[in-house]
Amino acid sequence: MFNEILNVFKYPFLQRAFIAGLFICVCVAILGVSLVVKRFSMIGDGLSHVGFSAFSIACVLNCAPFFVSIPIVVLAAVFLLLLSENSKIKADSAIALISNSCLAIGVVLISITNGINKDVLNYMFGSILALNNLDLILAVTFSFVAIIVFIFSYNKIFSITFDEDFTKAVGVRVKLSKIVMAILTALIIVVGMKFVGALLISSLIVFPVISVSMIFKSFKSVVIFSAIDSAICFVLGFFSSFIFSIPTGAMIVIFNLVVFVICYFVSLFKKLKITLG
Amino acid sequence: MNLISCKNLTVNYDKEAAVENLSFSVSFKDYIFILGENGSGKSTLLKTILNLKKKSKGEIFFENLKRNEIGYLPQRITLKKDFPSTVFEIVLSGFVSCCSLFYSKKQKLKVLQILKSLKLENIKNVSFKELSKGQQQKVLLARALCATKKVLFLDEPCANLDPVFTKEFYSLIKKLNEEKNVAIVMVSHDIEAAILNAKKILHIKKKVLFFGEIQDYLKSEFAKVFLRK
Repeated sequence: MFNEILNVFKYPFLQRAFIAGLFICVCVAILGVSLVVKRFSMIGDGLSHVGFSAFSIACVLNCAPFFVSIPIVVLAAVFLLLLSENSKIKADSAIALISNSCLAIGVVLISITNGINKDVLNYMFGSILALNNLDLILAVTFSFVAIIVFIFSYNKIFSITFDEDFTKAVGVRVKLSKIVMAILTALIIVVGMKFVGALLISSLIVFPVISVSMIFKSFKSVVIFSAIDSAICFVLGFFSSFIFSIPTGAMIVIFNLVVFVICYFVSLFKKLKITLG
Repeated sequence: MNLISCKNLTVNYDKEAAVENLSFSVSFKDYIFILGENGSGKSTLLKTILNLKKKSKGEIFFENLKRNEIGYLPQRITLKKDFPSTVFEIVLSGFVSCCSLFYSKKQKLKVLQILKSLKLENIKNVSFKELSKGQQQKVLLARALCATKKVLFLDEPCANLDPVFTKEFYSLIKKLNEEKNVAIVMVSHDIEAAILNAKKILHIKKKVLFFGEIQDYLKSEFAKVFLRK
């Protein structure tokens, strides 16, 4: 088995997949902490559908998917995150409205042009093994930028997530920080989508945060351990998917689920210990 | 020395005015109670000054005052049940507007000092969502104190506090006002506390009914109506 693991690294396309995947998983988990708390868990899902529609537009126009999907998804993310501020439509309904309309548009466009082909399926379920060099470069750069920006604006993100009004009242430029966060989220989701697929990207946002916050109390520890949890699940999912020849995205999510169940029982055990003294 | 002055301020809520043509000012070392019935626009006024609501007409001037020198204790916050955070982290976030990138050691020491003065030091590592309403309010007060340099805005601060701490709370605010020269602007229903503590009263009902020194207010007709209740 150990040999099989080592074999994985002989192939450049697997090296690419491993590096890009690790970066994206860590990054999505970190951004996830604030998204989940702000009831934006499903933004991954929503944006990936926007990405799907952008992808079909790219098919119709016959140009590279990334260059169409990145600007469209970024716009949608900024719109969604700012919408919740002063609108009568709540965040979850707004996400549902936008993502489903985009999905519909995407399906219509695809069926008009050439019907569902393999590329489209890749977008739905991810294609970690089909990543090219451009994908790798984009994944690593976006993740790197997102992590750096997150670390440097950590205090602001914490304060805005906890109490937006207070943060605004004491003179922080909340709107700017929110736009920056929206753009980062969008960029990571666009690259992440290619890798685990539109259907599974939300689980990477939600699982680590929810699992870890059952055990840890402080925001800082939840951020750090979400990243670690996500990375471990990725590595386990990545290798086991080769050993058992199962799609990688699904395997990563399964490991996240396992960690979630473990964390749940640990927190139950903790509570029991407290009540029993 | 003036810090904040509002001139002919009007704030609309769905086309209906919540605050109308209102003028008043906050000076250095002021201690103002904003009184009024429910729905008289007290909180709206506060939120407009704090840039949380858009004004429809009029002007708000900040003189000798920057936004990051303000502290704010909101009436209530919409608590996110699954937000992981400790008391210490939340109080420290009071410094969010005056830190460069990271919080300094000095700021962290200040947090410990404030927690001690509010008798919260033994729960500093406790998760915020596990606290009672009253304790949460104290933590938010501690956060507001971190942010405060020149003016502190409080929106019905005593709503969830027990009588013992309410007393301590008022003496703490008074000390802040007298020793640290912080101007206090407090929205409240507590007329008795106002008489004991305030230097000035702003009594509103969409418009200004009274604005001036507490002694003059007690002689006015508005105070009589309020006191009789």
